[in-house]
Amino acid sequence: MIQTVTQADLPCDESLRIKKNRIAPENTDNLKRISIVTGTHGDELEGQYVCYLVQKRINEHPECLNGIIDIYPAINPIGIDSITRGIPAFDLDMNRMFPGDSEGYMLEHIANGIVTDLEGSDVCIDIHASNIFLTEIPQVRINTIFGKKLVPIAEKINIDLIWVHPSATVLESTLAHSMNAVGVPTLVVEMGVGMRITKSYCEQLTDGIFNLMSSLGMWSGEVPNVRKPLVVYDEDPISFLNAEKSGLFVAHTKHWTNVTEGQHIGDIIDPLSGKVLTTVTADCDGILFTIREYPIVDEGSLIGRILPGRELKI
Amino acid sequence: MREKIIYELKTLYRDDMRARAFEFGSGEESVCILGSLRGNEIQQTYVCSQLVKELNILEQKGAIVKDKKITVIPCANPRSINTEKRFWPIDNTDINRMFPGYDVGETTQRIAAGLFENIKSYKYGIQFTSFYMPGRFIPHIRMMSTGEEDVEQAKLFGMPYVVRRKVRPYDTTTLNYNWQLWETKAYSVYTTTTADIDEASAKQGIKSVLHFLKCIGVIDESVSTNAGYHSKLLWNTDMVNVRNTHSGIYRPVLQSGQQAEAGDLLARIIDPYTGEITEKIIAPCTGTIFFSHSNPLVYSSTAVVKIVPEN
Repeated sequence: MIQTVTQADLPCDESLRIKKNRIAPENTDNLKRISIVTGTHGDELEGQYVCYLVQKRINEHPECLNGIIDIYPAINPIGIDSITRGIPAFDLDMNRMFPGDSEGYMLEHIANGIVTDLEGSDVCIDIHASNIFLTEIPQVRINTIFGKKLVPIAEKINIDLIWVHPSATVLESTLAHSMNAVGVPTLVVEMGVGMRITKSYCEQLTDGIFNLMSSLGMWSGEVPNVRKPLVVYDEDPISFLNAEKSGLFVAHTKHWTNVTEGQHIGDIIDPLSGKVLTTVTADCDGILFTIREYPIVDEGSLIGRILPGRELKI
Repeated sequence: MREKIIYELKTLYRDDMRARAFEFGSGEESVCILGSLRGNEIQQTYVCSQLVKELNILEQKGAIVKDKKITVIPCANPRSINTEKRFWPIDNTDINRMFPGYDVGETTQRIAAGLFENIKSYKYGIQFTSFYMPGRFIPHIRMMSTGEEDVEQAKLFGMPYVVRRKVRPYDTTTLNYNWQLWETKAYSVYTTTTADIDEASAKQGIKSVLHFLKCIGVIDESVSTNAGYHSKLLWNTDMVNVRNTHSGIYRPVLQSGQQAEAGDLLARIIDPYTGEITEKIIAPCTGTIFFSHSNPLVYSSTAVVKIVPEN
């Protein structure tokens, strides 16, 4: 059943409505609930396809559903509509506004309406898609303060990597932090790249969501085997490759591959002079798990990330 | 006056981005004054440009106190100014959410680190900054309550108000917050506008900073300054927020700086199709209008007016 979670009027003949679709058996007494949230950043679309795939599989075998699935595909609908990462007209990051304020101004009110509606979920999955600049392997990012509780849940959703990162005060205003703080285990999924759909990643995560549902007793249907993710903790070093020159980055190495120290990752070139400005090389042996997708770089732009000392079994 | 480039970033096709500082006097790093960090902070840049002009004259008259150095950076982000984008042109990140910065991190982290390295040792830090909502303010000093803030000294600016507010999570990466962590006494100065020039409040900003510089012994006491106000100290929560119910076209009646009596008409909301008034925004109390919405369009449930109540 499609419901409006919260809404506010825009200036000219339009309401901003945050909608969800609740999929559940007729009798919902004592059933567990998973909420799937996406579309916080208007340029991240991978989660859109996951929302569709989850419903498609349920619709194929509705008799197997023994729980409540709430799907919130667009919590920043005007951002998605206008290919804007933040909230158009305000230039604000929706994911820095939580938990919001029911008595606050329009956007705080909307943010609080979303948080309030999500309360009571047994698990919340907040799907992001990196951004337009970087391609990411399917992964869950977890604030270290919630690590113990969330890592076992994240291991069920068929991602390749779990990254338990240090706590940062500025991240306290994210949806995931706000939900975890009120006791709703919330996983932040990052995968793929902005403005695109990576079908294989979306299918992979969908498999994982059904595995999680199965483990919670919410799904009695068939569940594919899921992969065991690499887990990286904040004490583990991660190598960041940043552009040393501004220019055009052209990759020479594929994403999610083993690399060795000194390996050629790509070049930063100058189309005006026809010169290679700098060569980007791996600074350690490991797995290249992030790669630059958008070619224009400024000095400092992130080119890639390497997990040192790890190796993919191929 | 000495000109100095404190941070430079090379780009692919555009001119290199330079953060240019203007220094007056020498010796102790006394006061750093920063204008714009964002591309729409034109008023902030303008006020600082006028301060550079004033301080240059004062220096030529020998009015900068011995062993005191003042640095003014009118614009630390010309790349965004020149494209009229509030944030960094490529990735839309906000330099004022990147402090203290990271010199081998991403671009805006590097810029923040490069700036901060040059300005973190000053005794006083003054930042002309802006609000994310479109509107007009009464000129005021705004401070985060970190436990390190010096409210009494903030009154020396002689602005109409000194406003304190609690720290929110996203504040911890702002320049003001990090200045305070590094034991710089930091003050955010708000004049009336951001993307438009407001001469009256720009003059107020210049007068206030010069008055402050005199009060803290950085410019000579013989310099004639008069900021004009005994600052009223308040918390942002002391203000009464007036919200609209309806969205539509916003037509203000009273503006920031004006007095309102309880029951006065503050603004009208107009239906964009029929021209009918859908809502009258009425003052719920008597007081001074501190902030007034300035965008011709308004969303529902917006704090269109903030009033400092009379009592």
